[in-house]
Amino acid sequence: MDGIMSKNNSEYLIERNDNIYEVVIGLEVHAQVTSNSKLFSSSSTKFGAEPNTQVSLVDAAFPGMLPVINEYCIKQAIKTGIGLKAKINNKSVFDRKNYFYADLPQGYQISQYKYPIVGEGNVILDMPEGQKQVGIERLHLEQDAGKSIHDVDPSNTLVDLNRSGVALMEIVSKPDLRSPDEVNAYIKKLRSIMRYLGTCDGNMQEGSLRADVNVSVRIKGSTDLGTRCEIKNVNSIKFMQMAIIYEANRQVDLIEEGEEIDQETRLFDTKKNETRSMRSKEDAHDYRYFPDPDLLPLEITDEFIDQLKSEIPELPDDKKKRFIDEFKISPYEATILVSDIDTAKYFEEVVAKMGKNRDMKLAVNWITGELFAVLNNKNIEIAHSPISAKNLAKLINLIKNGTISGKIAKTIFELMMDGDIDPQIIVEEKGLKQQSDPKALEALIDKIINDNREKAIEYKQGKEKLFGFFVGQAMKASGGKANPQLINEILKRKL
Amino acid sequence: MTDITSLSLFELIKNIKEKKISSNEATKSFVDRSEKSKKLNAYVTENFENCLKLSKEFDNKPNYDLKLPGIPIAVKDLFCTNEVRTTAGSNILNNFVPSYESTITQNIWNEGGILLGKLNCDEFAMGSSNETSFFGNVQNPIAKDLVPGGSSGGSSSALAANLTPVTIGTDTGGSIRQPASFTGTVGLKPTYGSCSRYGIVAFASSLDQAGPMSKNVKDSSILLEVISSFDKKDSTSIDFKRNNYSSELTRNIKGIKIGIPKEYRVDGMPDEIENLWKKGIEYAKDCGAEIIDISLPHTSYALPTYYIVAPAEASSNLARYDGVKYGLRSSGESLIDMYEKTRSEGFGEEVKRRIMIGTYVLSSGYYDAYYLKAQKVRQLIKKDFDEAYNKVDAILTPSTPSSAFKIGEKSNDPVSMYLNDIFTVPVNLAGLPGISIPAGRDKNNYPLGLQIIGKPFDEQTVLNIAYSMEEKINYKNNISDWWME
Repeated sequence: MDGIMSKNNSEYLIERNDNIYEVVIGLEVHAQVTSNSKLFSSSSTKFGAEPNTQVSLVDAAFPGMLPVINEYCIKQAIKTGIGLKAKINNKSVFDRKNYFYADLPQGYQISQYKYPIVGEGNVILDMPEGQKQVGIERLHLEQDAGKSIHDVDPSNTLVDLNRSGVALMEIVSKPDLRSPDEVNAYIKKLRSIMRYLGTCDGNMQEGSLRADVNVSVRIKGSTDLGTRCEIKNVNSIKFMQMAIIYEANRQVDLIEEGEEIDQETRLFDTKKNETRSMRSKEDAHDYRYFPDPDLLPLEITDEFIDQLKSEIPELPDDKKKRFIDEFKISPYEATILVSDIDTAKYFEEVVAKMGKNRDMKLAVNWITGELFAVLNNKNIEIAHSPISAKNLAKLINLIKNGTISGKIAKTIFELMMDGDIDPQIIVEEKGLKQQSDPKALEALIDKIINDNREKAIEYKQGKEKLFGFFVGQAMKASGGKANPQLINEILKRKL
Repeated sequence: MTDITSLSLFELIKNIKEKKISSNEATKSFVDRSEKSKKLNAYVTENFENCLKLSKEFDNKPNYDLKLPGIPIAVKDLFCTNEVRTTAGSNILNNFVPSYESTITQNIWNEGGILLGKLNCDEFAMGSSNETSFFGNVQNPIAKDLVPGGSSGGSSSALAANLTPVTIGTDTGGSIRQPASFTGTVGLKPTYGSCSRYGIVAFASSLDQAGPMSKNVKDSSILLEVISSFDKKDSTSIDFKRNNYSSELTRNIKGIKIGIPKEYRVDGMPDEIENLWKKGIEYAKDCGAEIIDISLPHTSYALPTYYIVAPAEASSNLARYDGVKYGLRSSGESLIDMYEKTRSEGFGEEVKRRIMIGTYVLSSGYYDAYYLKAQKVRQLIKKDFDEAYNKVDAILTPSTPSSAFKIGEKSNDPVSMYLNDIFTVPVNLAGLPGISIPAGRDKNNYPLGLQIIGKPFDEQTVLNIAYSMEEKINYKNNISDWWME
């Protein structure tokens, strides 16, 4: 059999002839630091401004202009390092990475090469087959370049320097990832951690999160690393996955044909769904890194790091553990609820507003069921949910205390969306309160049994399926408001 | 009354404060003399009209509390000046007009100084004779066809010719002290981190330092007091307590220990330099200083170290001149072609040479052997001075291994040109303050200078020693105004 093996987990293997290959992936994620101003200047970083309106003399590299480090960006990088359970380096150095390009005004990018601000750490992925730890090699700070625009003017390239000098964190993973699914989980986890920390908004559409993807293949079971290719600047998880699949298969094909893989930099063409060579190892830039003499080495004290540690919020892994312990929900449910900080916040608010008599099962089901469905359909972030956590908690409590049935609750939920209306008010205005008066229900059921004598006899003779018919009739007669538990009890007694 | 332009800065300030001379009168004198001195080619850009206008404004609303009340001052064309063309002596910035002001020049204007013009210099401050300037050679007023030194050659020439009462230069490997020595004037390179580099066109960031150039030591102390300041816009600027250099200036240096480093007695040093040094030691003794022989063992490595570190930084600092954003742009078929044409036409030979050296020493495979090793040697040179300063308060050496040479004499021999900086370069590598004062003459009657090197941030001691030795030496420039018809 040729092709990709079927799978029921996140494994990704390629079979050719009698060989089974696995893919080895490492990511260099470029995450834009959440900060109002740039890494070495006070210009704004706001997205979507008119071209070249957020450019200082430093960003445009005018003669005699000097970089001055933005302390806030340093704090953000350290916080991210703490979130990655990584070593924070007391001394790090800013280097110049020298190359010429029209959107690189200085003729060099200020980056960190030999001595990054953050060292080794790790990230835990929740995969269907269990947890997987992915190593972090390092995190360093660097400036973003500007943007070259080739498609506006037919004969000129235009340059927008708004991004020039914006702070990026480059987070380099170890080559620990083995499949497109793991890449998906890794990016989402990184994004989640940084959003919890408030250090990167993770917005891939706005380019706040991009990655260079390093791909190599090897015979499954081998411990040697194959020759890798680096796919530059991929800006969505879907494209990363497509690029990996294309690239891994390309490499396997080459090996099977007895050819060598060249170590090179490749580009992913999203339209053709293929990678193609950008430059080979021989053509690789010689960046002539050296310490930037305009900036002193960055020295960070343990006290400074400890202070930042004390400001770190509860992160997804800890939150998940707490949700399981404290709220007795399943690990699967907890994973979903903590994956995004706003979802976790929403859930915790619902839990808090439910009060003493809270029902976790109902809360989880309503959030991950009805609410997620609505948000998905309408493409709304949970932070802008049309139903507030407070009112959803009220709705859940109305179900829990028997005021309304689950079915009625769905009707009320729909009505609540029209301006986040208090469900209690809807219940009262529409008279949707559940009938839980046993006497009234008994009278109602007596009437139904009377009206359907023949069926009642059939039931008694053993046609038990007919029980459902009577429940349905009772609900219908009550306009859906009858308490289903009571109806069951009374019917069982009377029949 | 004596000619205004021959007054020292101190005397000029005194006269203006006592209302004996107005700012406008003073400015007129310097403008007139500058107009008559075009043959020196000291100016790249004149700001005469504007300076006259501003001097009138000062006189209409004088503020005599300022340290430089209405004083016209021409500066090296490496300082960015708001709305006044700033070229760094290069074709690539031929038409560049900054929209901002360097911190140092701003400090001068804040104290009442008025910009008289921008002075010629070696291209991007790379040179020791002012022969690499795109705007042509500068004449040394001492004698015809003599170089004024470099890279602050326009500054030293203008100062010695009395075209400006005082000036500022920049010194990366000797570019203030060597031209001062060649023109019989005083030049001070302060401790690295004392004077902000913000707004100064960068040559080699870890070495560049601006400083005063003047006709006497007192004037340098006045100007240093104005320009030395902590600046948040320069991350290498240092926040230390700065003296009131001029009011704390004293000739009482009794008991001060001055070191004489044996390694500065280099092979092939002319006798007249050796004799000058000996005389200097006697002067220092006369002033009450104690002379101590010291050793700076790594001195001979300073020049090669400098010619790795400085070009490396320069090759990167000059990458921004690419024709994209400002300055010269030559048209090309493609981006790369445009870069190549712009930089080929925009930069002169010496700048290209240093960019190539710098690019080479930073290249992968060569980095460790050159740049990294140079950085290690630089630490050793620094350590030499640290150890010497356990024994002495300052060090006395010649400023240069020779007097001023003829225009064209060394321009085709870069190594012999680089050797000019042999005594000044170690001071930049170690980030120390150093001053050159005129101390004698050679057989041609050309001036020779002595250098006093101090401890970090101890400009006051350096100035005090120079101030007392200056009185004993009693040197006077003898300038004939030969360039005027």
